[in-house]
Amino acid sequence: MESLSNKKKLIESKPLNFWERAYLPAILSGLSITMKHFFRKPVTISYPEEKREFSENFRGMHSLKRDENGKERCTACGLCALSCPAEAITMIAAERQKGEEHLYREEKYAAVYEINMLRCIFCGLCEEACPKEAIYLDGDIVPADYLRKDFIYGKDKLVEAPLNQ
Amino acid sequence: MELADIIIKFVLIVIIFAISLVVAMYSTYAERKVAAFFQDRIGPNRAGPWGILQPLADGGKMFLKEEIIPTNASAFLFIAGPSLAILTACIGSAVIPWGQHLTIGSHVIDLQVTDINVGVLYIFGVVSLGVYGVMIGGWASNNKYSLLGAIRAASQNISYEISMGLSIIALLMLTGTLSLREIAEQQHGFWSHGWFTWNVFRQPLGFLIFIVCAFAETNRTPFDLPECETELVGGYHTEYSSMKLGFYLFAEYINMFISSAVMATLYFGGYNFPFMHHLGLTENWVTILGVIALFAKIIFFIFFFMWVRWTIPRFRYDQLMDLGWKILIPLAIANIVLTGVIGTIFK
Repeated sequence: MESLSNKKKLIESKPLNFWERAYLPAILSGLSITMKHFFRKPVTISYPEEKREFSENFRGMHSLKRDENGKERCTACGLCALSCPAEAITMIAAERQKGEEHLYREEKYAAVYEINMLRCIFCGLCEEACPKEAIYLDGDIVPADYLRKDFIYGKDKLVEAPLNQ
Repeated sequence: MELADIIIKFVLIVIIFAISLVVAMYSTYAERKVAAFFQDRIGPNRAGPWGILQPLADGGKMFLKEEIIPTNASAFLFIAGPSLAILTACIGSAVIPWGQHLTIGSHVIDLQVTDINVGVLYIFGVVSLGVYGVMIGGWASNNKYSLLGAIRAASQNISYEISMGLSIIALLMLTGTLSLREIAEQQHGFWSHGWFTWNVFRQPLGFLIFIVCAFAETNRTPFDLPECETELVGGYHTEYSSMKLGFYLFAEYINMFISSAVMATLYFGGYNFPFMHHLGLTENWVTILGVIALFAKIIFFIFFFMWVRWTIPRFRYDQLMDLGWKILIPLAIANIVLTGVIGTIFK
């Protein structure tokens, strides 16, 4: 049938000539090809010592940001949890008490904020949904662990380090 | 024989034994390192600097693994298999001349354990005994994959021994002796009477057949059908664990070392190197340099084994048999005829 796409190729299968059947010239050229690879620079990156550079828009582990005065930005509005397609985020909101103004920026804050790193698909929708610019996926690769429960990261692992410490 | 001679021989045996074990040990390391370089990787580099201690770590692992003897296996034969494999691998080194002689005081030490006048036949005998280790191990495992691997190994080794022997006959027609020491001596230096002295330049076709057969005899790729993982799980040593498996793997590397040494001795001048008597050195220094030259040749051949492994894919079994029976044997016979005709003309 006539080819419509013009991509059709006729493959010729000629019988092998003597040198091709003798197999040895082919082995020699194969040996020279592998020898070229022998002297090539290895492409290996020795991981823990050396790290591959991430691209600029790499999405790694989440971090909960603080503002310029060191107060937590998150107000526990729950938009990140709502936007999360994997339902990895949960939180419990609490009201800011007197004397805690230096800790939390708004009157409401997240007393518990948990992300299940096994559920998270690192899509970045939480960071897009956040109205307070409080969550960013700007961390490293989430490290391996032994138990499922250890992959539920609380505020101890997520919140940025305080400013003056 | 004096007591001193016996002690010297004993020390020589121990040294050669130790060297072949160390070479085999570091062949496993070299195999992984060379494989890595051929694949643009780095290879083992965690145990010691550049991974030098890797073979020790592997050996330690082998010793500490659980020792399993399958319930339905014949325990005696199951243990006899790897023992025989490593035994036959080790005794092959006895007739290889490692160098000329060292003169220490009044003693002249031949760097060879024993110079029997049927050295080549001895090597062949030992090589064909090596099949029994594989065969017994595969049979005793009472497992169909092991048995298939063992049958493959046996038929492959027997088929290729024929053409190997025929290729050697053409060489022996030139040398007129079966003693490896005399064969090495005949290839003295590098150039004399207007032609190279090394046998590879007199028997290029014979060498080609010999090296192909050596690959098949040592079960190396492209002829590693006895243990091809993709078809037979692990081949004849599927059921083996711990140091018994280690012995099988070790025997393979020792075989590779010995066959490299045999190839270097028969075809590449053994311990001879170019200009060995034009450097103005004393006898002992020439001998030591000769030993180094022999080991350089051996290491090159071991490297070549690995180089080929990462270049050529495995043969199919019928292709293997085709190559052995329909191509190599007629070629080897043609080589004998050719050697005879040329030898008669130029006598």
